[in-house]
Amino acid sequence: MRELSYVQALNEAIREEMSRDEKVFMLGEDIAGVHGGAFKVSKGLTEEFGPERIRNTPISEAVIIGAALGAAITGMRPIAELMYLDFSAVAMDQIVNQAAKIRYMLGGQSRVPLVIRGQGGSGRGNAAQHSQSLEAWFCHIPGLIVIQPSTPYDAKGLLKSAIRNDNPVMFIEHKMLYSSKGLVPEEEYLVPIGKAEIKRAGTDVTIIATSWMVFRALGAAEQLAADGVDAEVIDPRTLVPLDKETILSSVRKTNRAVVVHEATRFSGIGAEIAAMIQEEAFDDLDAPVFRLGGKFTPIPFSPVLEKSAIPTQEEIVAAVKALL
Amino acid sequence: MHIADLSLGILGANGIVAGGIPIAVGAALSARLRGTDQVVACFFGDAAVNQGAFHEGVNLAAAWKLPVVFVCENNLYGVSTRITETFPLEKIADRAAGYGIPGVTVDGNDVLAVYKAAQEAVGRARDGKGPALLVGDTYRWEGHFYGEPGLYRTKEELESWKAADPIPRFAGYLAEKGWGAEVERIAGEVKDEVERAARFAIESPLPDPATLLDNVFVPF
Repeated sequence: MRELSYVQALNEAIREEMSRDEKVFMLGEDIAGVHGGAFKVSKGLTEEFGPERIRNTPISEAVIIGAALGAAITGMRPIAELMYLDFSAVAMDQIVNQAAKIRYMLGGQSRVPLVIRGQGGSGRGNAAQHSQSLEAWFCHIPGLIVIQPSTPYDAKGLLKSAIRNDNPVMFIEHKMLYSSKGLVPEEEYLVPIGKAEIKRAGTDVTIIATSWMVFRALGAAEQLAADGVDAEVIDPRTLVPLDKETILSSVRKTNRAVVVHEATRFSGIGAEIAAMIQEEAFDDLDAPVFRLGGKFTPIPFSPVLEKSAIPTQEEIVAAVKALL
Repeated sequence: MHIADLSLGILGANGIVAGGIPIAVGAALSARLRGTDQVVACFFGDAAVNQGAFHEGVNLAAAWKLPVVFVCENNLYGVSTRITETFPLEKIADRAAGYGIPGVTVDGNDVLAVYKAAQEAVGRARDGKGPALLVGDTYRWEGHFYGEPGLYRTKEELESWKAADPIPRFAGYLAEKGWGAEVERIAGEVKDEVERAARFAIESPLPDPATLLDNVFVPF
């Protein structure tokens, strides 16, 4: 199998879906032409599909999402790119009050085949307004599917599924993963929405990690293995709908769980996952579920401070050891 | 409020002031991409023109020359606040100049004036010349909400606008042209239809709580 980067995998997903279905088109800031997007996700697509289907918008996030929504309920399948997920704040009415609710408010008349893609996370010195992990905002809104892929394989397969889905999807990439590489088959495949994946099988503790933190969890698991601790690492991949069963059956086996995400720990998705485990697998737990998340601070610009704002591999190792 | 029938191209009113404007722009983009000759009519009130969504939507429609007519029903008040407190220009239609599109003000209580202005704007949009802003000056007889005391406006002001009611005005015009009987027939039909709809609503059963989660998502 060949290796692709995360960004190449995303690009390939969009290319394949645009070739497959002429209703699919893309709009966003600086995505067209030779520029091909701030992170090059749409590189080469204008040359292949033309400027009508790869559309540069003004820097107007509310109308990027609103126009994509209007197109979605009238027969198109738009992919709207938010250059940074932080900019969703500018478009929140269109995401939360409009896209998420229109089907419900119209008694099921509409389908909303809309993908809102963007990248979040720290690690690149982009500071407070370009580094947030905002997935929990969207998880709290009934009507939105929320996806956070960690590997190139998942990024491609889930984006293709998202484009084919008839619900609004928040597709949250990570800026530190774009250049990461992984095996991606030549032949077509989909990754189903709502299915977690066990990224490393183990028996002693379950580490549930999202996005960039999956790799820190895997690193921690290797470190723990050297000390004779066999950790299982689960990537939910989709936060809404959440694959509870994969998480619960792992915890029933390991009897211990640590949840790791980059987003602020307080009120993060980890709180939901920890509560779910304690409600549904309390008798199987040998220790309280532990959560690791970002500190309660905006992401600072200073690289030293930025690094210390989010969970480290060492902190994951320490958290696991504290549970044993 | 959220009257919609997607099968007829009616995408619904919106609970958020100006929230529908970006969506209308997207529907116009969709019409172009699907290669139809559809034109989108996007309705909103005077208060909507002070929302960012109005600016973003009209600007994008103008930049892309999309087939959409922005129809502002200027009834002078956003809830209780008079437009003169919140809007600095003499006319709402003057905003159009900033987007390089036509801005037209008509007597919103004159059916034929609205018809003519709309026909021109729709024709222009259909010809690929882009959007227009059409402002109809009118008034809201009732409160913003049911049972509102309406202390922010005078009785005289309300009465003067009631005297300018567009329906009897247009009916009078039609009667002069010899269409009086037809007008009465249509008025009767409309009254019947509204009464049937009200009866249907009153007689329909309340929703089954088991349907609460229906339509949150399209099943997949």
